[in-house]
Amino acid sequence: MNIVVCIKQVPDSAQIRVHPVTNTIMRQGVPTIINPYDLFALEEALCLRDRFGGTVTVITMGPPMADTSLRKALAYGADRAVLLTDRFFAGSDTLATSFALSQGISRLAAEAPVDIVFTGKQTIDGDTAQVGPGIAKRLNLHQLTYVEHIDSLDLEAREITVRRRAEGGVQVLKTGLPCLITMLEGTNSIRFASMDDMFRAARTRLDKWSAKDAGVEDMQKCGLRGSPTVVKKVFAPSPRTEKAKIIDIAGLEPAQIADAAIETLFEANPELHEDLRAFASGA
Amino acid sequence: MPETFDAIVVGAGPAGNSAALTLAREGLNVLQLERGEYPGSKNVQGAILYANALEQLIPDFRDEAPLERHIVEQRVWMLTEKSHVGTHYRSDDFNEERPNRYTIIRAQFDKWFSSQVKDAGALVICETTVTGLIRDSRGKVVGVTTDREGGEIFADVVVLADGVNALVSQKAGLRGELKPDQVALAVKETHYLPRDVIDQRFNIKGDEGVVIEAAGTITAGMLGTAFLYTNGESISVGVGCIVSDFAGSDISPYDLLERFKEHPSVRPLLADAELKEYAAHLIPEGGYKAVPQVAGDGWLVAGDAGQFVNSLHREGSNMAMTTGHLAALTIAELKREGRPMTAANLSTYRKRLEDSYVLKDLKKYRDLPTVLHKNKQFVTAYPELLSQAADTWFRVDGVDKRTKERSILRNFRRGRGLIGLVGDAYKMARAFR
Ligand SMILES: Cc1cc2nc3c(=O)[nH]c(=O)nc-3n(C[C@H](O)[C@H](O)[C@H](O)COP(=O)(O)OP(=O)(O)OC[C@H]3O[C@@H](n4cnc5c(N)ncnc54)[C@H](O)[C@@H]3O)c2cc1C
Repeated sequence: MNIVVCIKQVPDSAQIRVHPVTNTIMRQGVPTIINPYDLFALEEALCLRDRFGGTVTVITMGPPMADTSLRKALAYGADRAVLLTDRFFAGSDTLATSFALSQGISRLAAEAPVDIVFTGKQTIDGDTAQVGPGIAKRLNLHQLTYVEHIDSLDLEAREITVRRRAEGGVQVLKTGLPCLITMLEGTNSIRFASMDDMFRAARTRLDKWSAKDAGVEDMQKCGLRGSPTVVKKVFAPSPRTEKAKIIDIAGLEPAQIADAAIETLFEANPELHEDLRAFASGA
Repeated sequence: MPETFDAIVVGAGPAGNSAALTLAREGLNVLQLERGEYPGSKNVQGAILYANALEQLIPDFRDEAPLERHIVEQRVWMLTEKSHVGTHYRSDDFNEERPNRYTIIRAQFDKWFSSQVKDAGALVICETTVTGLIRDSRGKVVGVTTDREGGEIFADVVVLADGVNALVSQKAGLRGELKPDQVALAVKETHYLPRDVIDQRFNIKGDEGVVIEAAGTITAGMLGTAFLYTNGESISVGVGCIVSDFAGSDISPYDLLERFKEHPSVRPLLADAELKEYAAHLIPEGGYKAVPQVAGDGWLVAGDAGQFVNSLHREGSNMAMTTGHLAALTIAELKREGRPMTAANLSTYRKRLEDSYVLKDLKKYRDLPTVLHKNKQFVTAYPELLSQAADTWFRVDGVDKRTKERSILRNFRRGRGLIGLVGDAYKMARAFR
């Protein structure tokens, strides 16, 4: 069985700083990690491989330095790693990203058929949850999102049954292979690789594919040109400046305390006062 | 089949990287193991990089290494609660083509250094902790164990460059425990400040940088120093004191750092800066007398693990690089000549160290740690006396200069006594001999 896991290298959000003057997010110098949600997908894939045999290939689209994440995935036990890197990919939104990844997966599938494609639920730096479904659509894969458990996999019948977290309950879904699964967080925990895996990862050569290598013919679908979404501005919410006000209530009756509280509120928000008065007078 | 290498290097700080780089270049099959997520991820330094030691290994390092600023001005301050007396040495000569000292950020620098090691052909594996040494029936070290499943790895020789705690060699009984009076605990913060603000505050431009070293009452009677270094877009500020002094005091390292940051001479330099990072680390400061056995059957020790730090001159990373380099050269020579990695054959490492600045400098200051330890007046009485002297001297208040001179002398005599003063001068002269 051949499994492909799509991962993304993201800035460690716990360590992102906001520029104190310009209030923009500073990514420079922030360490990168594998998108934490993707680790659940990777572990699930590794478990399936351990049970059913086959290979796990990790793939990412990103700058050359995204190889760090691929190396890490290899150390966890993935068999092969592919880095899609090309200046044509720069500036991709979720549409262009799912295009690039689906091209890469197609090339892998041409070498050996792919049974399951995994992605994480979403990324921590984009939060869109669109790339997985985008790949499924392009590759015509059955789509299972927000999966919390794989109940059964029948390679003979080419059927898979999963539990999917949905609003208001859990759905048990069965579908045929090949399929795409986006894994929910907290479903497993990533393994601690053995020494052999560490050696293998340190010695494995990554496949680095350009857009052309991945079989892209229409460069218009890549990167900035293939991205209808434009992020106009990224900023941190400005910190609130209002300070708490302390009302001295020593010796006051409950009713007086209420009056004092309301008076303080209205003082700080004269419009609120007017609106409420207008409302009370039925205007 | 367990893996076998010519050499295993434990740790990917400056000592381990220098050793692994040299061994790989000499054609040995090298494995380097690092417990951090990546080289440098856990490492703490001020950090001043001394070009010379690195140049011996990578002559063109300036072209690629992540360097923050080259140092054009060095300030040395004696602090009291409210004042500092000090010297500034600034020279345009430090704006030379190949500057001598740089500030660096270790997380970035170590990562770059490690990329050089990988390019030279060493196999580098991170996130893997060496838990012990494997010995053969005659007691020779023949490999290491790690915290991973199937973690036994074999090699002809192991270079222990695992830093100040040196847990691997300690556990293997190759050396004793760290002594609290031979090691300092340092805490350090990095504060973000825009580049142009730093340039203005320190009167510098381009990649010029300023470093401040401070001692005095700021360490509350404990033996230690504080520092403040300019990086490209941040300021590193820290303080460290001997561990046994902390143990006898109710002041925490963190309190000391807060005091230093609040000092009237320091506070304006950090105004509006945003705290980015906090770290604590030990520094081996026992000097020459604390250096353990440096090589044995199948093993050598380099860097902080061998206590190679000149605390007076704040030199550690350079000694780490040089000792790592020399350890590797010792191994490579034996390998070339087809001789086994026995204690007797590896003992030339000690000789190499003695011929280099490393043990020469540590030997020169061998008495300094004890003298300072036993004579706390150097960090308590003298800063006050100096500050009072300066105050008396510079204040224009109608008192004639001769009277001022007398008053300064009287102060010193009252503070330390005539015999004390002469004794202190003698002790210092001897310690620096
Ligand atoms: C606050 C502070 C300021 C300093 N300022 C300066 C300065 O300005 N200039 C200067 O030259 N020196 C300075 N030093 C000293 C300098 O940092 C050290 O001397 C230098 O880092 C020593 O290098 P090393 O390679 O021996 O050890 P480290 O840099 O400590 O590297 C040891 C490595 O080994 C790894 N390791 C440890 N145990 C294991 C294990 N069991 N298995 C696998 N890996 C392991 C660690 O993760 C680490 O990466 C300063 C130190 C401190 C604490």
